[in-house]
Amino acid sequence: MQELEEDGILQPAMPSCWCQETKPHKFCPGCGHGIILKVLGEAIDELGIKDTMVFGCDIGCSLLSWDLFSIDTVQTHHGRTTPVITGMKRANSDIIGVAYMGDGGGYAIGSQHLFNAAVRNEKITILLCNNCNYGMTGGQMAPTTLPGMKTETTPYGRDVSETGYPTKGPEMVAAVAPEGAYVARGTIANVRQLKGFIKKALENQIAGRGISFVECLSSCPTNWRTNAKQTWEFVEKDMAGFFKVGELRGSEVKEG
Amino acid sequence: MGKTMKIALAGEGGQGVQSVAEILAEAANEDGKQALYIPNFGVEQRGGVSIAYVQIGDENIGAPKFIAADILIPLSPRAVQRTREHAGKNTVYIYDNSLIQQAEVNDHIVGLQYFDVTPPNPRSEQPNRDLPQDLIAGEPKTASFMTKSQGVRPEDIPEVKKVIAIPANDIAKNELHPRVFNVIILGAVIAATQILPMDSIKNALETKLGAKFNANPALRDMNFKALERGYELVHSAM
Amino acid sequence: MAEVLLQGEQRVFMTGNEVVAWAAVAAKADIMYGYPITPQNEIMHYWTRLAPKHGKRFLQVEDEISAGFTTVGGVMTGRKAFTATAGPGNVLMQESANMAEMMRVPIVYVVQQRGGPSTATVIYAQQETTLTCFGGNGEGHRLVYSTATHQELFDYTIKAFNMAWTYRFPTFVLGDGYQAKMRESLTMYNPEEKGIQLVKPVPLLGDTTKPERQFKHLRNTYNTEDELYKVVMNNQRDWDNMAEKVVEWDEKGCEDAEVILLTHGIVARSAITAYQQLRAEGKKVGFFRPITLRPFPGKELKEAIKNAKKLLVAESAYGQFLKMVQNNIFGSQIEIVPLLRPGVGITTEEIVAEYHKLS
Ligand SMILES: Cc1ncc(C[n+]2csc(CCOP(=O)(O)OP(=O)(O)O)c2C)c(N)n1
Ligand code: SF4
Ligand SMILES: [Mg+2]
Repeated sequence: MQELEEDGILQPAMPSCWCQETKPHKFCPGCGHGIILKVLGEAIDELGIKDTMVFGCDIGCSLLSWDLFSIDTVQTHHGRTTPVITGMKRANSDIIGVAYMGDGGGYAIGSQHLFNAAVRNEKITILLCNNCNYGMTGGQMAPTTLPGMKTETTPYGRDVSETGYPTKGPEMVAAVAPEGAYVARGTIANVRQLKGFIKKALENQIAGRGISFVECLSSCPTNWRTNAKQTWEFVEKDMAGFFKVGELRGSEVKEG
Repeated sequence: MGKTMKIALAGEGGQGVQSVAEILAEAANEDGKQALYIPNFGVEQRGGVSIAYVQIGDENIGAPKFIAADILIPLSPRAVQRTREHAGKNTVYIYDNSLIQQAEVNDHIVGLQYFDVTPPNPRSEQPNRDLPQDLIAGEPKTASFMTKSQGVRPEDIPEVKKVIAIPANDIAKNELHPRVFNVIILGAVIAATQILPMDSIKNALETKLGAKFNANPALRDMNFKALERGYELVHSAM
Repeated sequence: MAEVLLQGEQRVFMTGNEVVAWAAVAAKADIMYGYPITPQNEIMHYWTRLAPKHGKRFLQVEDEISAGFTTVGGVMTGRKAFTATAGPGNVLMQESANMAEMMRVPIVYVVQQRGGPSTATVIYAQQETTLTCFGGNGEGHRLVYSTATHQELFDYTIKAFNMAWTYRFPTFVLGDGYQAKMRESLTMYNPEEKGIQLVKPVPLLGDTTKPERQFKHLRNTYNTEDELYKVVMNNQRDWDNMAEKVVEWDEKGCEDAEVILLTHGIVARSAITAYQQLRAEGKKVGFFRPITLRPFPGKELKEAIKNAKKLLVAESAYGQFLKMVQNNIFGSQIEIVPLLRPGVGITTEEIVAEYHKLS
């Protein structure tokens, strides 16, 4: 039964920390945000941390999760979720703080916050949805847009000689964060693995070891203008080809 | 001073009201009239009702939005509720009273700022395949025309100058094709407003979809038939 | 996207965002820096498509702080550079606007206001009026055009570049989400064919065509209060001198009006229609609308209202424009009736209804 559910053969139930009244959620059909947040919800359920948690979401399609959980939630400004959650954690260390954002929020406008939170080894968990574009604003180039990829602001394809190569966030965080950090990149194409990463990222915070950062390769069929098959191909081949999935720091953290 | 005609169209995402409004405004502009079209947009959530405001006249047009519409066309039960404030004493009210099939909204539609927002921008090589296609090909984004629903409750229809009910959904589904639903509506608007000759609209459709029409002349016939069907429905009722 | 020939005159029908992109081309802007934000996105989208065809450039940066400062940098090299934003992005751009004010950098910003505070709505408001006119720790040494129609968006975007490069103050075109997204017709033209001279930009720094140039040191930090005072007062004098030359407004029927409708930006469209309707009914009503909010046509407004009894001030904000009005007509005994609707549009009907409540 468990396997059937995980293989997506049976529709698994909603995580119990999801807010029933606000379902169905607000993401487009086929959007990766919903998958990531479902996995996060399951991890929260399994760890039983719902009541001590504060969930922060960014501006970007992540904001559509402002009423997704029956958990204290704050929707902040574009790029500012990391400092808001950092501020909470510093003021009340009993809180388990989760900052959820897009690649634009985390790697563009909020990049200095991500960098400095990593350097300071803030005891928070940051989850970042990498969908290779700015979803909410209609599909412009994001720091993670793949070379040659067309977006609204790269109508002729991303030219790396002009705009550089896609940001590799976990690699950057892994390079600057001190001892105790947990850093991984998961993908919606492997939710079992992703759940493991997210659980470890939460446990690392609970243990007070250091910053926990998980990037999730995700999908945005609406702005990619892809059908289901093309969407999965893009996530599994194009994105995974450029962004290596796996743990970069703290793989010794035991999943409890 | 020629009066400016105020038209409000409202429907579920996927019913194509914004495309209707856009074509209407463009045709009016081509016809030498003053025209203004503004979509409502926002972080529309879960099938929020989409409203399009169009004004056509001979004088410069004032505020982009208005309260009382001359022609109000709500195309779903929810749109009927949402557009209450736009129904005035002098409003001609056209709604869809299809018996069998009512548009059912896939409630999964998102909060997209872009979606109902702007006419799509053509991409360099690959022209945007979004809105205009809803007219002729591809699954409508959010509405399915298959399932029964309760339809508009008569008590929800406000007091206005004239109410015209048209079974556009039924006709699209049974006689033509579900995807020309909004072209029927376009025809209905033309009949109700009487400010644009049918030919201007045909030209506008031709400009928008000419390439596709040429590739498949049956599409042209289908669209023009839908247009005329919509026109007759309202014309005979006016 | 419509192809426009910037030759002769051409009537076009498009969205305001598209108009701005075309106006920037017509003004011979060289480069745009930007960061996505609704409802301004399509300015960038259209510009990215136009730029390569017209030998122009675009850079998408990491946020609006960067967009503002990269634009400052671009302007300093003697290129016509601009950026566009809205709402929370406008907040972040104020930092660069401050530097531009102090250093007299002729930067052009296009703002399509959206609801605030914070991220609020992506739709429409006039809540960035105070921010755009006075945002920052300075004196508001900028030029702000509040547009109402697509024709004005085109005309004043071109003018903004010209005025910025003539007077060397940061210049804003203040539009809003409605103007950004609505479609209407306008006439596009090549300004030079119409006898509008395009002011030539000159490098503030780094003029690589003149290797023998005398180097310059630009700064915005001062050691003493006196030093700073001198600089600010010097800017203030320049700004005051500029003010009477650039101030613009529109007024109708104020001479014999008992009630004057006072609005700015897109709300002026509702006011002008209300004015026409009420006048047709024989009502003694007037219309006044500042086109420049900085400098504000205070003298002209005072003159216009001197015989009137009431001033109906309508804006899609809670008193931002109203405060400017009060400031500028200080001393006048006229009764002010505000119609304040933060973050929502104001229709002609609403202004007419408010008018009827007065008597
Ligand atoms: C200061 C500021 N700048 C810009 C915006 C506009 N904005 C809203 S969402 C967004 C990008 C979202 O992209 P991303 O963070 O990748 O999230 P996604 O929607 O792709 O999940 C932007 C630029 C804003 N709200 N605030
Ligand atoms: S626009 Fe893209 S990221 Fe946003 S909800 Fe839709 S699919 Fe998801
Ligand atoms: Mg993204």
